[in-house]
Amino acid sequence: MSDWLVTGVTHLGPDGTERRGDLAIREGIVTEVGTVTDTEGLTRLDADGLTVLPGFVDLHTHLRQPGREDAETVCTGSRAAAAGGYTAVLAMANTTPVTDTAEAAEHVLDLGRRCGLTDVVPVGAVTKGLDGAELAELGLMHRSRARTRVFSDDGRCVADARVMRRALEYVRAFDGVVSQHSQDPDLAGPSACCHEGELSGRLGLPGWPPVAESSVIARDAMLAEHTGARVHVAHVSTAEGLDVVRWAKARGIRMTCEVTPHHLVLGTDLLAGYDPVYKVNPPLRPTEHQEALRAGLLDGTVDAVATDHAPHARHDKEHAFVDAAFGMLGLESAFSVVHDLLVRDGGMSLADLARVMSTAPARIAGLDGHGRPLAPGEPANLVLVDPTATVTVDRDASHSLSRNTPWHGRTLTGAVHTTILRGDVTAREGEPVPC
Amino acid sequence: MRHLLSSADLSRDDVRMLLATAAEMHEVQRRDVKKLPTLRGRTVINLFFEDSTRTRSSFEIAGKWMSADTINITGKGSSASKGESLRDTVRTIDAMAVDCLVMRHGASGAAHQVAQWVDASVVNAGDGTHEHPTQALLDAYTVEQRIGDLAGRRVAIVGDLTHSRVFRSNAITLRTLGADVTCVAPPTLMPSGIRPWAQADGLHLTDDLDAVLASGPDVVMMLRVQRERMSGGFFPTPREYTVGFGLTRDRLRALTDANPEAVICHPGPMNRGLEISADAADAARSLVLDQVSAGVAVRMAVLYHLLAGEEVAA
Repeated sequence: MSDWLVTGVTHLGPDGTERRGDLAIREGIVTEVGTVTDTEGLTRLDADGLTVLPGFVDLHTHLRQPGREDAETVCTGSRAAAAGGYTAVLAMANTTPVTDTAEAAEHVLDLGRRCGLTDVVPVGAVTKGLDGAELAELGLMHRSRARTRVFSDDGRCVADARVMRRALEYVRAFDGVVSQHSQDPDLAGPSACCHEGELSGRLGLPGWPPVAESSVIARDAMLAEHTGARVHVAHVSTAEGLDVVRWAKARGIRMTCEVTPHHLVLGTDLLAGYDPVYKVNPPLRPTEHQEALRAGLLDGTVDAVATDHAPHARHDKEHAFVDAAFGMLGLESAFSVVHDLLVRDGGMSLADLARVMSTAPARIAGLDGHGRPLAPGEPANLVLVDPTATVTVDRDASHSLSRNTPWHGRTLTGAVHTTILRGDVTAREGEPVPC
Repeated sequence: MRHLLSSADLSRDDVRMLLATAAEMHEVQRRDVKKLPTLRGRTVINLFFEDSTRTRSSFEIAGKWMSADTINITGKGSSASKGESLRDTVRTIDAMAVDCLVMRHGASGAAHQVAQWVDASVVNAGDGTHEHPTQALLDAYTVEQRIGDLAGRRVAIVGDLTHSRVFRSNAITLRTLGADVTCVAPPTLMPSGIRPWAQADGLHLTDDLDAVLASGPDVVMMLRVQRERMSGGFFPTPREYTVGFGLTRDRLRALTDANPEAVICHPGPMNRGLEISADAADAARSLVLDQVSAGVAVRMAVLYHLLAGEEVAA
């Protein structure tokens, strides 16, 4: 561990105004902000032109280990996370085997610690084997070293209302939260592979309608109200779904939600060429949904931006569109996408970005050391970003093992420069350090 | 023309050219010796991932009559289920220096994807519920042989539009040729987003077959109801479907009364008694067998324009 004097860095005051100054970091803790008086033993880190934000927290990451180490490992995913400015990622439970026991959760936790480039926080499955029928060992996962608080069958919906109700009642006892993949399996059939609408009709692709999402969110809102537990809606993709969340929040229901960068920006029209890189679940939606999600981000209905980073081996994507795997990479590009399209171009401030990419997700996941204000005594989980640098996304330069990024070839303004995890630099000039 | 993937790839001039060539090929079919040397030395692979009798044999005969080496490869199920990616499968075949892949696949868009991965020309011989461009060409050819230019003529397409690649390609080609197209189906078998689509493409929509027939269309194109759809909750019973959307004996009479010159098409295979009555299928105004015969000529024309480039002419 090094102790740092970060010089000439722009930081955001409590009112969101930008200030320029220095930072001191000792033993993983921020010790001085603005003017540093005690520089002894500090290594200088020149941050001229850079802005410091709280390290990003991803509520929704697939790391594929154990089970599909050809697509991603905890280590390669951690490298991608560090490069993307993330100091914590929640690793989804749909691995092989599924993270549905304390041992499985601790295994993922330990793999993350061994790599050490980002805090890997295991998400526990809601049901055994993600089968939607029997509760997984929610309490034992929570009592384990992994301290699991977020549970999700992501990839599948907890469709059975009785199971969802019991899960919510159960996790409420330790302020856990169920992150729901809101998708009615009857309205979104097994071959559904895109948004149901004019384009899917023309392309002859089986689609799923927005109501497959919004109807589950509505049911879960009522279950959250009934149980008093927290429900987090993963990757909201529809205007209707977001309206339900807005209504639930107004009613005082403990419901939070996330959107992904791709659902904010990419539209259904990209499917016209049947390129499976654009096949994702939930599917890319038409423009009016993107606009609704962006508005929700600005008005606070959307709590967090989460990547749903979903690496896939090339051969799992190179099938016919309906047969190809769902999902896209996201960790490395998320900041640049959100910065370019929503901060530079869309009315969001950097303070808003810090809220949706760090503070709020850390709060939802119950991560005490992340998403903290920049103040003496706080853990040094930070990211230095360059708001003026441009990056051209190159899938072959990805630190992920996979190449399925929908952003390949795009030039975006705003880049992650340095990521700091408890005082350790985990990425420098956008490159992760060796782990 | 490098590939034929979608009917939307073809301009009006392209369609006219292909139909004119098809007419010449049709002449050849009537000779005693049908073989042309046009595609000698060319290799055409019929790559069928989905069962097909008439389309595959039609392409095979078309290739053989033009002296191409035609080889059939069939594969059941998706390549995904066999552990090989579609890309690997088709690149393996492409590596054998073939000139043309005639491809049928159960997945929509498969031909489009394959065209990105191979050097050979790709002909879409039906991709899932997306398109079947040579079927639309042969339908247009058959109808025009009987009733003349389709421009301004009224065509009704009736049946399971949602799952029909024949519908999608025909809707495009018929509009390209200037026909007036009415789509008839129960609401559950109308494709998603059909309203904005129909508005953009100038298609009429209705679920009232009797009103359409009474208006005296020039062409009634019946679509096959696939057996597997009957249990999918798309309509209550086969009987109810026939009452609402079958070309029954009574409806045949209504059509004949309204337009004595009207013709009937069906891409086959027919479910007699379900979407089409025996009277309608076997009527003199039924073009079902003419469609099959035209299929070979039209596919010869397609292969000719894809493969007999300048080097062959020279």
